[in-house]
Amino acid sequence: MLSVCDAHVTFNPGTPLAVPALRGVDLDIEAGEFVTVIGTNGAGKSTLLSAVAGDVRLDRGGVYIDGHDVTAWPTEQRAAMIGRVFQEPRAGTCSSLTVEENLALAASRGGRRGLRTALGRGSERRRLADQVARLGMGLEDRLGALAGTLSGGQRQALSLLMATLLPMKILILDEHTAALDPGAAATVLDLSAEITGEQRLTTLMVTHSMRNSLDFGTRTIMMNAGRILLDIHGDKRKDYDVPDLLDLFKKTTGSAVEDDQLVLA
Amino acid sequence: MSALAISGALEAGLLFSLVALGVYLSFRVLNFPDLTVDGSFPLGAAATAVAIVNGVNPFLATAIGMLAGGAAGLVSGILNVRFRILNLLAGILTMVALYSINLRVMGRPNISLYGETTIFTPFETLLDFGIWTNCAVLLFIAVAMKFLVDWFLSTQIGLALRASGENPVMARAQSVGNGRMTLIGITLSNALVGLAGSLFAQSQGMADVSMGIGTIVTGLAALIIGETLLGSIKVVWATLGCLIGSVLYRFFIAAALNAGFLGIQAQDLNLVTAVVVAVAVVLSQARRNSRFRLWPALRRALTAPQPQKG
Repeated sequence: MLSVCDAHVTFNPGTPLAVPALRGVDLDIEAGEFVTVIGTNGAGKSTLLSAVAGDVRLDRGGVYIDGHDVTAWPTEQRAAMIGRVFQEPRAGTCSSLTVEENLALAASRGGRRGLRTALGRGSERRRLADQVARLGMGLEDRLGALAGTLSGGQRQALSLLMATLLPMKILILDEHTAALDPGAAATVLDLSAEITGEQRLTTLMVTHSMRNSLDFGTRTIMMNAGRILLDIHGDKRKDYDVPDLLDLFKKTTGSAVEDDQLVLA
Repeated sequence: MSALAISGALEAGLLFSLVALGVYLSFRVLNFPDLTVDGSFPLGAAATAVAIVNGVNPFLATAIGMLAGGAAGLVSGILNVRFRILNLLAGILTMVALYSINLRVMGRPNISLYGETTIFTPFETLLDFGIWTNCAVLLFIAVAMKFLVDWFLSTQIGLALRASGENPVMARAQSVGNGRMTLIGITLSNALVGLAGSLFAQSQGMADVSMGIGTIVTGLAALIIGETLLGSIKVVWATLGCLIGSVLYRFFIAAALNAGFLGIQAQDLNLVTAVVVAVAVVLSQARRNSRFRLWPALRRALTAPQPQKG
């Protein structure tokens, strides 16, 4: 479903501030796999996601989605195949559009947008309202409210619904619960697991929590310094616990994980 | 104020409400501070005037003026999107180029439309409102354009345009081409301004190469007055605000000129407009940043000296 081949990315190349963010990443994801990505700050997790989404262009290597070579495609073209939830709740929704308008925008993703009324006919609007009701956030009564008036958790739930509204190839979740309070984070995370499980979505989720990286999904990848360090999948994944991950990290890199958030979260 | 002064103010107000609608599309919806306006306004006037003088049907001539304005906007858009020139500079470049182009279009600095058939001529007998005929026609056009903009911004493309202006990162993730949206929005914005210029030339009976100076600031003044009165978040209110703000602004100016307030004369108009916009922007920012209310603040400012920070 998704292949990343020998991906290299360097920020600010040729300057004293040059930062190698990806240094040869190879990754193959099967349809229906839910991959969690973990790593210290600067490991390249978000860069990898941005490279798949199209926000970051590769210096070398390629990205293939469902057999298409999308390496040269701009983000908006890849968006037809990719649903995405951002870390920052404000980033994934439009504050000055209503809940319903945000959803309508997502409902026309990947299609040709024309001069038809965006909100559509009554039946389409009811269908959208039903979808919103399934989030269990009470948003179905606030369809006409501006997205800017929602709480962070509600906005992320809305983003999640917008990302998964249409059939697509890959769902990208970029630390989408990191900016929420613990209660809302748990709700949104459970909702993500529910939706991805129901629709059998191929998912790539970056998380800051080792616990979540093992509890959610079907495969765990650990990144360090722009490379994939560990790739745990299949039956043996069930036997792993957070201390095992820490040990493995130490064994492979020769240094302990110093990022408290990774261990504690 | 005489009836003639009132009808003149109303006429100018309705005309510039089209500019305000255009400025709303560029400055607010697209978040693109577009200065092409000062060139596309006289371009619309010039193109229409030349067409009318050459015997073209005035309705067709008006459409030509509108298209010319849109084309000017498209140039600014392409400079920004394709060639990655800063949006402010792209507009300024087009505006400067348009001064020469407008002279070329007209072949001389101004064209008189005195005695020519304009878009208003058939209505003089049809409506027979005397000095209010132009106002009635312009009111119809301004209201029609307001509803047209409302409708457009509620379509799929319109929604994509609004998202693109407010949150380009999110828009891209929803497969919106931000560059394409900029081109569409700036073209439409300047088409409205070109229409305003075209109608201005026909109602005033002349097109002049220097008539565009200050158009953008007048449009902004109308936009900001409307936003202050009606709010700016809902599209239908913001566009209504463009109409009301523009008419109110012209009435202020007419009243100030009429009363000889502070000795203001016609040549001081651009200075007054700039001051009004500067004050309005400062006030609206203060209002956005705090629970600031316009009238209490004004009352305080007028009755008691503000403590100086030091």
